[in-house]
Amino acid sequence: MFAYLVRRALYAIPILIGVNLLTFVLFFVVNSPDDMARMQVGVKRATPEAIERWKVERGYDKPMFYNPTASGSARVTDTIFFSKSLRMFAFDFGSADDGRDIAREIRERMGPSLAIALPTFLLGLYAAISMALLLVFFRATYLDFWGVVGCVAMMSISSLFYIIGGQWLVSKLWSLVPISGYASGLDATRFLVLPVAISVLAGVGSSVRWYRTIFLEEISKDYVRTARAKGLSELRVLFRHVLKNAMIPILTGVVVVIPLLFMGSLLVESFFAIPGLGSYTIDAINAQDFAVVRAMVFIGSLLYIVGLILTDISYVLVDPRVRLE
Amino acid sequence: MRLLSFRLPALRRPVLFRARFGAFACAGLLLGGCGPVWNDPYPAGERGQNILYSAFTERPKHLDPVQSYSEDEATFLYQIVEPPLQYHYLKRPYALEPGVAAEMPRLRRYDAAGRLLPETAEAARVAKSVYEIRIRPGVMYQPHPAFARADDGTPRYLSMAPEDLRKIRGVGDFVETGTRELEAADFVHQIKRLAHPRLHSPIFELMAEYLPGLKELQARLADEAKRTPGWIDLTRFELPGVEVVDRHTYRITLKGAYPQFLFWLSMPFFGPVPPEADRFFGQPGMAERNLTLDWWPVGTGPYMLVENNPNARMVLVRNPNYRTDAYPCEGEAADREAGLLADCGKPMPFIDKVVFSREREGIPYWNKFLQGYYDASGVSSDNFDQAVSMTSTGEVSLSDEMEARGIRLLTSVSPSIFYLGFNMLDPVVGGGDTRERRERARKLRQAVSVALDMEEFVSIFLNGRGVPAMSPIPPGMFGAREGEAGINPVIYEWRDGQPRRRGLDVARRLLAEAGWPEGRNAKTGEPLILNLDTTPGGLGDKSRSDWLAKQFRELGVQFVVRPSDFNRFQDKVRQGNAQLFFFGWNADYPDPENMLFLLYGPQGKVKFQGQNASNYENPEYDRLFERMKAMPDGPERQQIIDRMVGMLREDAPWLFGFHPKSYSLQHGWVHNRKPGNIVRNTLKYQRIDVARREAARAEWNRPVLWPLFLLALLLAAIVAPAVRHWRRHERATAAATPAADVRGGR
Repeated sequence: MFAYLVRRALYAIPILIGVNLLTFVLFFVVNSPDDMARMQVGVKRATPEAIERWKVERGYDKPMFYNPTASGSARVTDTIFFSKSLRMFAFDFGSADDGRDIAREIRERMGPSLAIALPTFLLGLYAAISMALLLVFFRATYLDFWGVVGCVAMMSISSLFYIIGGQWLVSKLWSLVPISGYASGLDATRFLVLPVAISVLAGVGSSVRWYRTIFLEEISKDYVRTARAKGLSELRVLFRHVLKNAMIPILTGVVVVIPLLFMGSLLVESFFAIPGLGSYTIDAINAQDFAVVRAMVFIGSLLYIVGLILTDISYVLVDPRVRLE
Repeated sequence: MRLLSFRLPALRRPVLFRARFGAFACAGLLLGGCGPVWNDPYPAGERGQNILYSAFTERPKHLDPVQSYSEDEATFLYQIVEPPLQYHYLKRPYALEPGVAAEMPRLRRYDAAGRLLPETAEAARVAKSVYEIRIRPGVMYQPHPAFARADDGTPRYLSMAPEDLRKIRGVGDFVETGTRELEAADFVHQIKRLAHPRLHSPIFELMAEYLPGLKELQARLADEAKRTPGWIDLTRFELPGVEVVDRHTYRITLKGAYPQFLFWLSMPFFGPVPPEADRFFGQPGMAERNLTLDWWPVGTGPYMLVENNPNARMVLVRNPNYRTDAYPCEGEAADREAGLLADCGKPMPFIDKVVFSREREGIPYWNKFLQGYYDASGVSSDNFDQAVSMTSTGEVSLSDEMEARGIRLLTSVSPSIFYLGFNMLDPVVGGGDTRERRERARKLRQAVSVALDMEEFVSIFLNGRGVPAMSPIPPGMFGAREGEAGINPVIYEWRDGQPRRRGLDVARRLLAEAGWPEGRNAKTGEPLILNLDTTPGGLGDKSRSDWLAKQFRELGVQFVVRPSDFNRFQDKVRQGNAQLFFFGWNADYPDPENMLFLLYGPQGKVKFQGQNASNYENPEYDRLFERMKAMPDGPERQQIIDRMVGMLREDAPWLFGFHPKSYSLQHGWVHNRKPGNIVRNTLKYQRIDVARREAARAEWNRPVLWPLFLLALLLAAIVAPAVRHWRRHERATAAATPAADVRGGR
C-alpha cells in the first residue's frame, strides 16, 4: 500500500502543474496584467505610467512563459508563470495584489470555514444516513412514500430559499438567533446554529434519496435474508449489516469532500457573514487578484487529490477484499 | 456515524439523561448569555455602551493615506488621519475650514520674475504659488508602539528580531506605546511618500504636474528601492517645493496657479504621517504579519483603529490623545430646526467606539437595521418599497412601518453624475473629418438626448433616486444654476414653472436634420444602428437595455447592446472602439473644475489616456476651461462656466443622465447626522442615545418560543406513528409480516 500511496503522490505533481497551467492560461485570457494593475491602482486617475510602475513592482512586466531577452535558464525562470505559479509547490503563496500575506489570510479564514463546514458535514451525514435507513426500514409504507416525497420537495427548493427563509423566520420573526455575524470561541455557537441547520436541511433531501437507493439495493441481497433468518431485529440488520456493506459507495462520495471542507461554502458564508475561505476566492476573482486565485485553486486541487487518496485508503479499511497495489 | 447509531441505544438511562441534560444546560447557557434578547449579534459585554454600529460591504483595499482613494476606505481613514483642512460639517455649499491647521493656508503668488502678485492677478501671470500652512500646536498622535521609547530614549520597537515578532498579530499586541506632538515635518514626510515607488499613489501623476521635483524624487527613490529592499529613509531625500519652516509650519510651492489644491489639502493624501511609523512598519517580518501602514494607519484624528479584520469587522475607538475639538455652532437655516445645532460647542467626539461589521448581502444588513443592530442604513432597490412611500406628486416620505419605529430618512443629491457618453471619434455619433458630417452627428446626439427620457429612467430603475442632469455640474456645486436659468434648452423647455422635456417630434426633426429621417439614411435608406457598449450588471443591463431599445424604436433607430466584461469594456473605451457607453464620475471635491475637466481636450481617453472618455475636443471649451479652473468663485467664473456648459449642451458629447440621490435611514437614537458625500470625517459629530437604543432592541427582539414547542410536537407527531409501526413490525409473526418485507423489496 505504501508504494501505491507514493505513486499516487507522485502522480499528483503533474496534475498540479497542469491545474496551475490551466488556471494561469484561463486567468490571463480574461485578465491582462494591465487590467490587474488598473484594478489595483484604480480606474480613477490611473495613468499609463502608474500602471507600468505597478506591473514592474509586482513582476507582471515579464513575458508570460518564455523570456527571449534573458539567457540560459532565466529564459524560463524569468517569466510570470515561473515566478508566480511554480513557487507554490514550496507552499510559498506570496502576497495578494493589495500586499497582504495570502498564507496568513488562509490560516485565519480556515477556522471559521471549518466551524461551519464540519458540523454541517457531520450532522448532515448522520441525519441523511439515519433517515435513509429509517425510510428503508419503513419501505413500502406511507412513511416511506411521504418521506420520499418530502425529500424530492426539499431537493427541489433552492438553497437560497432556505437561507433567506430561515433568516427571516428564525432570526427576524422569532428572534431566536442572530441573523448573521461571527465570533470566536464558544460564542460562535449561536452564530453557527442557524447556518448549520439550514445547510443540513438544504442538503438532506438529495442525500437521503441517494443513500436510500444504495440501502435498498443492499437489502435485497442474500446476506440480509440470512441475517433475518438468524432472528436479528430489523434495526440490527440495517445498522450493523446493511450499513456496513453499503459503505463503499457512501465513502466514495463522502471521504473525497472531507479535505475540501477547508475551502468553505460561498453562499452560506456570504449570507451569514462568516469570514471564511468560501468568499475569499470570489472576492479575489472580482478583484482580479491572480495571486489569491492561483493559491486557492492550487490548494483546492491539492485537497481534492488528498481526498481521492483518502478515499482509496478508506476502501481498504471498510472492505478487506480491497488491496491497493 | 455508525458508532453513534449503535451505541446510543445501548447507553444506560441515567447516562443518556445526563447527556441530554448537559446538552440542554449548554444550550441554556448559550442562550442565557444572550441576555433578554437572543439574536443580539454583539458580545454581551458591549451592551449599554456608547458604541455606534455600522456595516461595510466591500473590504477596504488601502488604508495608507498615500494610497487610499475610495469611498469604502474613506469611512475609516478620515476618522483616523487628519489633513490640514476639512469641510464644515453643516454649511452648504461646502466650505473648507482649518482641520488640524491652525488657520487657512496663507497663499502668495509670484510671477516668472519672482515678483509677488496681488491676489486678483490673472492666473496666466502666476509662475508659482506658495502655500504656507501653520498647524495647531499641542496636537498629539494616537498611542502607538512606533512612538514607544526605552528608558534611554531610543525607540523601543526598532531592530526587532524575528522571534520578537512571533506572537505579534496586530499593533495591539505591542505592550508599550507612546505618542508625540504633531510636527510640520510629518506633513512634508507624507508629501514625499507620494513619490515612493512602492506605494503607487493614485494622485502622483496629477501632483507631479504641480509639485516641482516630485518626478525627480521618484526616480531617485526608485534607484534607492533597487539597492535597498526594505525601508527607505525619506529624510535623506529633498523635495525642493516642500519645506519645513519651523516646528509647526511648512511651505508648499506649486508651479503656476492651482486653487483646487486647497481641496486636496482636505484629503488624507496630504495628512501627516510620522516617519517613526514608516520606520517601525518597515522592519523585516512586519509586512508578513500584515503590520503595515496600509493595514494600521496612524494619526491624530478622533478615532484610532484597534481591530482590523476586513473579513469580519473593523473597530475604531476614541483616540485618548485627541485634541480639543468643539461641535459647530453654525449651519444652514434648517439645521437648527433639525436639531443639528443642539450640541453647539460641546467637545467631540461623542461616541466611544465604532464597530463596523462586514455584510456581503443586503438582506441580513437590512434586517439587522430593522432589529436595531445597525444604527443607520442605506436604502436599496430591494427594500425601497418597505422603507419609502411616494406620494402622487412624487414626494418621498417614510413608510408607516418606518415611522412607527422612529426611523428618519435623510436624502441628498450626490456630487456625482452618470451619463451616456458618445464617442466623438466614432464616425456615426462623433462626426468625422468634415464640418458637415460633424454637424449631422451633433444633431444626431441631440436627437438621442431628447428621445431618451431620463425622468422615466430614474423613476423606473432608481425608484426616483436621482435628479435628471442639466449639465455635468451637480446641484449645490458652484456653477450649477437652478430654475429656468439652469435647464438644458436643447432638451427641455420651461413651462408652468417647471422644466419639460421636449417631445419626440423635436427628436425626430433633429434626427431628420442629421440625415436620418425616420431612422434611415436619407441617401441610401439604410437603417441607423446605434451600439451601446456595456458590462453585465452595469447601467446597460437587460431590463435597462430593453427600455433603451424601446426609446430608440420610437425614433425608428435600431439599438444593439454589446455586452462585454469589465476589462474588455474599459479596453474598448480606452481604444475608442465604443460608440455609446454609460460612465459615471464621483467628484473628488466640490468645484466645477472637477466635473468640467471630464470633457477637457487634453484629458482625451484615446490620445492622452485621461478622463475624457468621450474624447470631446473643442478648442474654445479648452481655452475657457484653462481660464476657469484657476479663477476664484464669483460672477466672472460663473459666466465662463455658463458659456462652457452652453457649448456642451449644443455639442451634446454626453447625454447628461442623472445625479444620484442618496437615501439614508437612521434610527431615532442617532443624532447629528447630516447627509453630504463630500464631508467624510463624520463620525466625530455623531451622537447616540444608548438607553433609547437598548429599550428599542429589547422591544423589537423578544424571542418567540412557541415555534420551538411546535417543532417538538411536530417531531413527536412524526416519530410516534413510526415507533408504533416499528413495534408492530418487531412483534409481528412471519405470517403477519407484509409480503413486501418478506421479499425484501420496496
